Amino acid sequence: MIRIITVYGPMLLIALGRTLLLALLGLFFACIIGMIFGIMGVVKNRACNVISQIFVDVIRGVPLIVLAFFIYFGIPYLFNTIIGGFAMNLTALQAGTACLALNCGAYMAEIIRAGIQSVDPGQMEAARSLGLTYGQAMRRVVLPQAIRTMIPTFINQFIITLKDTSILSVIGFPELVNTAKNVQANTFMSFQTWAIVGIMYLIVITILSRSAKVVERRLSVGR
Amino acid sequence: MVDNKEVKISVKNLKKSYGDLQVLKDISTDVHKGEVLCIIGPSGSGKSTFLRCLNKLEKASAGSIIINGQDILEKKTNINKVREDIGMVFQHFNLFNNLNILDNLTLAPIQLKKCSKEEAVARAKKMLDRVGLGDKAASYPSQLSGGQKQRVAIARALCMEPDIMLFDEPTSALDPEMVGEVLQVMKDLAAEGMTMVVVTHEMGFAREVSDRIIFMDGGYIIEEGTPAEVLGNPKESRTIDFLNKVL
Repeated sequence: MIRIITVYGPMLLIALGRTLLLALLGLFFACIIGMIFGIMGVVKNRACNVISQIFVDVIRGVPLIVLAFFIYFGIPYLFNTIIGGFAMNLTALQAGTACLALNCGAYMAEIIRAGIQSVDPGQMEAARSLGLTYGQAMRRVVLPQAIRTMIPTFINQFIITLKDTSILSVIGFPELVNTAKNVQANTFMSFQTWAIVGIMYLIVITILSRSAKVVERRLSVGR
Repeated sequence: MVDNKEVKISVKNLKKSYGDLQVLKDISTDVHKGEVLCIIGPSGSGKSTFLRCLNKLEKASAGSIIINGQDILEKKTNINKVREDIGMVFQHFNLFNNLNILDNLTLAPIQLKKCSKEEAVARAKKMLDRVGLGDKAASYPSQLSGGQKQRVAIARALCMEPDIMLFDEPTSALDPEMVGEVLQVMKDLAAEGMTMVVVTHEMGFAREVSDRIIFMDGGYIIEEGTPAEVLGNPKESRTIDFLNKVL
């Protein structure tokens, strides 16, 4: 155990850094995707609603690992071989980010849609009755209330996405799990290696969920 | 007595359906400047739907609605502009829960650039004083009683300086002891000459304050006239039945 920490500790810490980088990149784009498709899910436009629903259904209906293989191997193959004439190559980080952004984005879209719909329609009506536009009413009245109810679910989704980065070890991105596999192969100390990796995830996620509690408490002031 | 006055709201052959369900079948009426019109009727008669059509919270299926000379069913009419002149008060108050009372009152005037921030705040404070809640500016809606919330809702609508006020059962969600304070604010408003359309179950208020009462049932106006005519001497059997049940 001590030997693994002293010899492989720095390597594992760097890998943890990559895990966090991948998670943050994925979450950043997931927020954008989630916002766009979430809003498209509530506006009074049938086409937007349908597009949003199809996106969510497709992404939710495909396992993350399949999505990862599809984006990392399938998409370049489509451009390079099936269509031809493109020299397209995705790095594991690019493919991993896209994969997490799409996957988490679909769940975020659902959280945002549900959050907005959980706000009493009377709030929108009252704002519109004063002459505010749909956009103004959304921005000033509905979204601020929706976000409060969304926060706990958001944090939960962040944690799931952070853990999902481990699945992207299958496309060769040297994040924590992938690196740990190498450590295990070199040392044959399976128990110690995976115990250490488990504890590393546990610490990061505990910190995340604790700080989430603080944010939640702050936001509930004045309610 | 109001015949020679300016027509603020003119409704002709208004119809409204939800799918196969026709809620408003054929409604025509005019509301003049300074008139207080009360709409009474059993639940499901379409009176709230009618009121909500007047500021296009519900889109009428057919007919015409002219507010201050503008046809609001016309596509090119900017409904947001029309709504700035029509205040609405809801049964469930619908105060903005994320904003304190002062911000509830100033949000729309500031967003719509009706006036500067300072003017909006000054007017909001004046309106709060007027409804007797000057000390609640920094409170949040969740900290107020139902009656206080509804008075704030009226003040919020008045901050846009509307010339028409719509009330959708403003006292129906209130505890009995709070009804009086809200009705008093509405009476004051009527006395100042505000044009008001009030959907209500408060027969005492309707009798005392309104210039005209409409009794609706099944999507039609069954009977209309002065309070003395409709409440004191109803002619239609459905009006008589309804009044026997509620009075």
